[in-house]
Amino acid sequence: MKNTIAERIADFLKNYPPFNLLTKKELKSISEEVEVLYLEKGKFIFNAESKPLAHFYIVNKGAVKLTMQEEEKQNIIDICDEGDIFGLRPLMVKENYILNAETNEESILYGIPLHVFKPLSEKNKNVKNYLITSFASNIKDTSIVEGRGNISSYIKKETNNDLFNLQNAKFTKKPITCEATTTVKEIAICMRDQQIGAMVVAKNKKPIGIITSKDLRNKVATGDFKIESKAQEIMSSPVITSTEEITIPEAHIAMLKHSASHICITKDGTPKSKLIGILSLHDLIVSLGNNPSVLIKEINRAKKSKHLRTIREKVDLLLKTYLEQELPFPHILNIISEINTVIISRSIELCLKKMDSPPPVKFTWLALGSQGRKEQLLMSDQDNALIFEDVPKTKFQETQEYFISLSIKVVKYLNTIGYEYCPADMMASNPKWCTSLTEWKKQFDDWIINPDGAGTLLSSIFFDYEYIYGEKDLTDKLGRSLFKTINEHKYFLSKLGKDVIDKPSPVGFFRQFIVETNGDHQEAFNIKIRALMPLIDAARILILSHNLKNSNNTLNRYKKLAELEPQNEDLYNSCARAFRTLLKFKTEQGILNNDSGKLINLESLSKTEKLKLKRAFKPIKEIQELLIIRFNLKQMM
Amino acid sequence: MKFPFFNFNKTQAPEFWKRYSEHFKSKEQRTIKETRFIVFDTETTGFDFKEDRILCIGATAIKDNKILIKDGLEVYLHQSVFKADTVKIHGILKSEKVKKVEEIEALIQFLDYIKDSVLVAHHAGFDIGIINRALKRHNLGKLKNDVLDTGILFKRSKHIVNIIDPNKKYTLDEIAQELKITPKDRHTAAGDAFITGLAFLKILPKLNKDGNMKYKDLFINPLNY
Repeated sequence: MKNTIAERIADFLKNYPPFNLLTKKELKSISEEVEVLYLEKGKFIFNAESKPLAHFYIVNKGAVKLTMQEEEKQNIIDICDEGDIFGLRPLMVKENYILNAETNEESILYGIPLHVFKPLSEKNKNVKNYLITSFASNIKDTSIVEGRGNISSYIKKETNNDLFNLQNAKFTKKPITCEATTTVKEIAICMRDQQIGAMVVAKNKKPIGIITSKDLRNKVATGDFKIESKAQEIMSSPVITSTEEITIPEAHIAMLKHSASHICITKDGTPKSKLIGILSLHDLIVSLGNNPSVLIKEINRAKKSKHLRTIREKVDLLLKTYLEQELPFPHILNIISEINTVIISRSIELCLKKMDSPPPVKFTWLALGSQGRKEQLLMSDQDNALIFEDVPKTKFQETQEYFISLSIKVVKYLNTIGYEYCPADMMASNPKWCTSLTEWKKQFDDWIINPDGAGTLLSSIFFDYEYIYGEKDLTDKLGRSLFKTINEHKYFLSKLGKDVIDKPSPVGFFRQFIVETNGDHQEAFNIKIRALMPLIDAARILILSHNLKNSNNTLNRYKKLAELEPQNEDLYNSCARAFRTLLKFKTEQGILNNDSGKLINLESLSKTEKLKLKRAFKPIKEIQELLIIRFNLKQMM
Repeated sequence: MKFPFFNFNKTQAPEFWKRYSEHFKSKEQRTIKETRFIVFDTETTGFDFKEDRILCIGATAIKDNKILIKDGLEVYLHQSVFKADTVKIHGILKSEKVKKVEEIEALIQFLDYIKDSVLVAHHAGFDIGIINRALKRHNLGKLKNDVLDTGILFKRSKHIVNIIDPNKKYTLDEIAQELKITPKDRHTAAGDAFITGLAFLKILPKLNKDGNMKYKDLFINPLNY
C-alpha cells in the first residue's frame, strides 16, 4: 500500500541522527509504526521513576524540556527541540526514567516504538555506534543549574586540561631500518645521507634494537667498537615501544624514565609486532614548539613576511587545538590577540627599517574594530590607523606623507602575512586615517557632535582603538579628549544606543528559519551583525558612559560594568557569557569553513548548536531594553 | 458488470456489509480516550454527488490522542469518469502508476477499516455524502458511523468573540494556518487526512479545557453551525 503519511514521517526523520544513518527500507519500516502526538505546553510525556513506555520520542515541532528534581529545585537538564530524540536510553536498558519530560511549548512529537527500532539499531552498525557514543557523552553534570539567560550549561566545565593532554605525539612513519648484521659503517653512511639521528634494527619487520648518534659517538668513535662491527653488537636493546596512540606527555615520561631519545611505534605497542614508526625527542620538541611563547620568540626573530606568514598559520592551528581542548575561552582570546599584536608590531618594526629615514616625529599605530577589542581570532580584515605628533602647519604635509608611505608598506606587509585589506579602506594608508593628534581629536569631536549614519558607524569602529606600536602617550591624549567631548554631548550616546536597539533581535528571525528549514530560506545567518555586534556595541556605549577607555575588550567591559553596577550584575554576566559563546561559535564555524565565520549556514548546524545559539540571543534583548531605559530611547523610537 | 447482491436487502446483504453492521450492535458507553477516530479525506473528480467519483481515500486512525501511522488506509480507485480540470487539484492522472482497485473493492476495504469508529473529516458532509453515494451505486446502505467535522469543531474551539462571521466556512488551509500546522502533501487524500488529524488533535484540548469532556459532548453543536 502506498503510504503518503509514512513517507512524510520518513522525510522528517531522515534529517536527524540516528535516523539519517538508516537505509531507506529501514526508515520506511520505522515510519510506518510511528505514533504522532500533540501536546499543549506544560504536559508531561513521562515522569522520573516511572516505568519505561513502549515508545521513545523525537520532537517534530515545539520543544520538550527534560528536568530532574533535586530537593526543592527542578533542574533543567536539556531542552530538546526539532529533531532531538529523548527517552530512548531507559527503554534500551529497561530502567525507569531518570528525568521528567515536559513540553516547554506546544509540541508535536513522533513516538517511535522500541520493538521496531531496537532490532534495527542492533543490525545497523552505524546506528549502534552513534547510540553508544551519544549515551556515553550524554551523561551530563546534573549539578548544572540554568538561570535566566544562562547558557552555562552548554559550556563544558572549564577543566584544567593540560594543553597537550589530548594531543597524540606526531611520529615519523615508515622509518628506515637495518638488519642485525648490517655494519656500523653502512649504518653511519645511511644516517648521514638520510639526515636521521637513529636507526632501528629490525628482524622480520619487528624492532629488535636501535642505534642512535649517541651510540656511534660513545661506542664507536671511542674505539670500543670498530666500524666493521655489526649492528647487533652496538645496538641498544630491547627498544622502548608504544602504540601510535601515545600522547605527548606519555612519550615524554617514557623517554625520561628510560633515558632514551626514541620510541618505536609498533602495531600493538609491543616489540613483538610490526614496526610502523619512530618517535624521537626531536619530534616531541617540534610538537611542543607549537605553543605561544615559542611562537612569540619566533615572531620576534622573524625577518621576512614569509616567516611571519608561516607563524600566523601556526597560530590558526594553535587556535584550533585550543578550541578542541576546550580551554577557557577568555584565555584563548588573550593568547591569540597577544600573538596578533606581536605579529603586527614586528611587521611595523621591519617596515620601519625599510624606510629611508627614521620617523620625523613620534607616532602610534592603532588597531581598530575587533583587533582593537582584542577579539580577532581568525584572520579577518585589517582595520588600523596612525596618529602622529602635532607638527607646525608648514611641516604637516611632509610629515603626513612620510607616515602614509610607512603605512602603505605596513598594510601591504600585513596583507602578505594574511590579514586581508579592509574593503572600506579603514587603514592607516588612507590619508584620512593617518593624521596628527589634533586632526584626530577634531575628527572624533565631529562624530560625537554631529552624529549621522556614517559617523556613528565609523565611531563604533574607531572608538575601539587599541595601542599596538609607538608612542603610547598619543593614544592617552586622544582618549582624554574623546571623553571630554562625550561628556559635553550626552546625546551622542543615545544616538549610539538607538543604533543598537534598531538591530532586530535575532531570536524571532532565527526561529523562523528553524521552522522553514525545508523551504527556500536557506540563506546564511549573519552571526556577526545580528548577534555579536549588538552585544559589542552595547558594551561600548555603556563603558563610554562611565568614562572608561582602557578596557576595550567586550568581555572585560561587561566584567567592569558588572563591578560598576552591581544591580545589573546578572545581566552583564549573562551578556559576557553569551558573547563568549557566540564568538567561540563564530570562530569554530570559521575554522570549519575556512573563513571569518560570520555567515552561518543554518542547515549545517546540529540541533544542539541551534539551541545553544538561541539561548545566547536572550541577553541581547535584555541589554537592548536596558539601553532603552538608560538612554531614554523610547522618545527617539 | 453486475453483482448478484445488487438487489440489496437485509437477508441477501454481502458478507462485508454484515461484518460492518455487526460492529454497531454494541450499545456500550464510549469514552473519548478509548474511542478510535478515523480521520479521512477523499479526492474526487469534482463536487457533484451525482456525477463525480472518488479517486482516492486516505485515512489515519487516532486513539488516545495519538495518530497511529500504522493504522492507516490509502486506496486509489479505478474510475471511468475522468475530469481533466480537477487533475490540477488532486494530481491523480487517469493512468497513474499507483495500484488502483475497483470502487467496490475500495468500499470493502474502507468499511473493514473504519468499523464502528468515529469518522472525522474536514467539511465531513461532502466526504460522507460522496461515499454514501458510492455505496448506493452498489445497492448498499449509508454509513452508520458517528461523524465529526473539523470545520465545526474548529469554530467551537474559537472563543465566541473571535468569531466574526458565524457562517464562515473555514478551509483546511485556513485552520492549518491558524493552528500552525505546516501544510504538506496538500490535495492528496492521505496528506489532507493527516493535516485534518493534526488539526483534530490540536482542537480537542481546546474544547476540553476542564478535562471533563464526555464522548457525547463531541457532538453538541451549540451555535448550530
